[in-house]
Amino acid sequence: MKVSSSPFRAQLRAELQILARNGEQLLLTLIIPVMLLVFFGTTDVLPTGFDDHMDFLTPGIIALAIMSSSMVSLGIATGFERSYKVLKRLGVTPLGRPRWLAAKIVTVLLMQIVQLVILIPVALLLDWNSGKAQWLLAIGAVATGSIAFAGLGLFIAGRLRAEVNLAAQNGLYLLLLLLGGMVVPFDKLPAPVAAVAKCLPSGALADVLRDALVGQAERPGTSWIVLGIWAVITPLLAASTFRWE
Amino acid sequence: MLPAPTTKVKGVSVDVPSFSRINRDEPTLVVDHLSVRYGDLVAVDAVSFSAHAGQVTAVLGPNGAGKTSTIEVCEGLRRASSGHVRVLGLDPTKDHRALANEMGVMLQEGGIYPSARPIDVVRQYCGLYGSGKTQFADPQELIDLVGLTERQKTSWRRLSGGEKQRLSLALALASQPRIIFLDEPTSGVDVNGRSTIRDIIRRLADQGVTVILATHELDEAEKICDRVVIFDKGKVLVEGTLDDVRKARRTVRLRTVRPLILDDMPDNLAGWLVEDAPCDYSIEDAPQGLIAALAVWLSERGIDVVELRTGMASLEDVFKKLTGGES
Repeated sequence: MKVSSSPFRAQLRAELQILARNGEQLLLTLIIPVMLLVFFGTTDVLPTGFDDHMDFLTPGIIALAIMSSSMVSLGIATGFERSYKVLKRLGVTPLGRPRWLAAKIVTVLLMQIVQLVILIPVALLLDWNSGKAQWLLAIGAVATGSIAFAGLGLFIAGRLRAEVNLAAQNGLYLLLLLLGGMVVPFDKLPAPVAAVAKCLPSGALADVLRDALVGQAERPGTSWIVLGIWAVITPLLAASTFRWE
Repeated sequence: MLPAPTTKVKGVSVDVPSFSRINRDEPTLVVDHLSVRYGDLVAVDAVSFSAHAGQVTAVLGPNGAGKTSTIEVCEGLRRASSGHVRVLGLDPTKDHRALANEMGVMLQEGGIYPSARPIDVVRQYCGLYGSGKTQFADPQELIDLVGLTERQKTSWRRLSGGEKQRLSLALALASQPRIIFLDEPTSGVDVNGRSTIRDIIRRLADQGVTVILATHELDEAEKICDRVVIFDKGKVLVEGTLDDVRKARRTVRLRTVRPLILDDMPDNLAGWLVEDAPCDYSIEDAPQGLIAALAVWLSERGIDVVELRTGMASLEDVFKKLTGGES
């Protein structure tokens, strides 16, 4: 039987197998974003304030997908791995924490590639015009947002019991979905809520993606700064507080 | 190692570890005045013991005795508050990566994602130990060895308690270890499974592996261990070969046709006899000459003896005596 001679490859393969076997993760990271994109893309019920509602929706749904893979999926899986003592068991192998983290990062990146490979063609089929898209800037936004959300997901997963972590990650996902500026525009939210939402990584990621993909951001400079701050703080917070058991 | 490695990589001639070269007199695990504290709680209090290649060393003790904390320090999962531990001549914390390549660990429970299949997890773990090695453990051989061939594609959550234990043992063998730490390996395992696990443990020791076995199951330990370390309240109460520990607690069983009146006995006898039940008595650690004096005393009073049996104490007798009965 073929065995990988690289601990990293062995761990990456295991991560991908676990991901593929968890139907709820695929629901969260692929099916829900596609369904939201198709539903709101075909109904035009969102008061986006954009001439073409797909220009508002496509970057918002991509931001949602990035949040679901980087934060929710990663956070829930890691929380259960702590609870099931998977991390403790791996701790007595030669894998080491850097290679464990690298396998997690690559798994998230591969999942995001799959998300984008599905979401962008679906958006194009729904008549989204990608002519103004600056793809390199969009990749930078996705990378920065991924770091910010992964840090947040691991911070929560590293402190809470598995069941509480599951509820917290899903609750935060719903909260940011509704109030994070991804699907519902900030100007349709109550002013105090909108003020807070603009400081959240979800709103900042959606805004910089709108800047990169359709050139219609509300305040791109500020959003880049907000997202950058989250991308620095949350990994540091996760690294300093994470409990392996 | 067990099973014998079979995979060749890129035709490189392989260096098969020869356990005949192992010096079995030198301890492979040395715990020297180890203490582990959690805040004000002293979980392990200056314990010292050693273990050797080719032997099964059973670490016994009631819950909270300090066994797990001690073993986790040896595995590099926990830091010592004071004292020293050397495993295969390595420091478990500073040399963790090097030690991890030579060490197998079986946790008491868990350690596997519930949706994972045995064959996938074993393949993963064989790969985790693959770096720099010219030979790997074969995942399919390990699965066959622990008797999970028919269940290799069943998710972990659907395995029985015994099957989970056997899978955990297979993961501990994936490193082709020189030292292996087994925490309650037969817990929840049926009779056939216990026999399989016992055979594997014994074969590992015969191949020169140092086996550290932490268990509550004293009869299981007695069947396979060579050395015993008994913990209680964070201290090592006794350490030695199984026979030495049992010999140190020689017991005498005495059954008579009618009850004895212990108050009538001379002082040199009365203090030793313990009434376990009417007409049923035991003597622990009987000094030389006591049995003869007892026989004379019984004969003088015409008390017929149904049974008078001397022998080594069982491990359970020793354990209960030392720890006050809790296993």
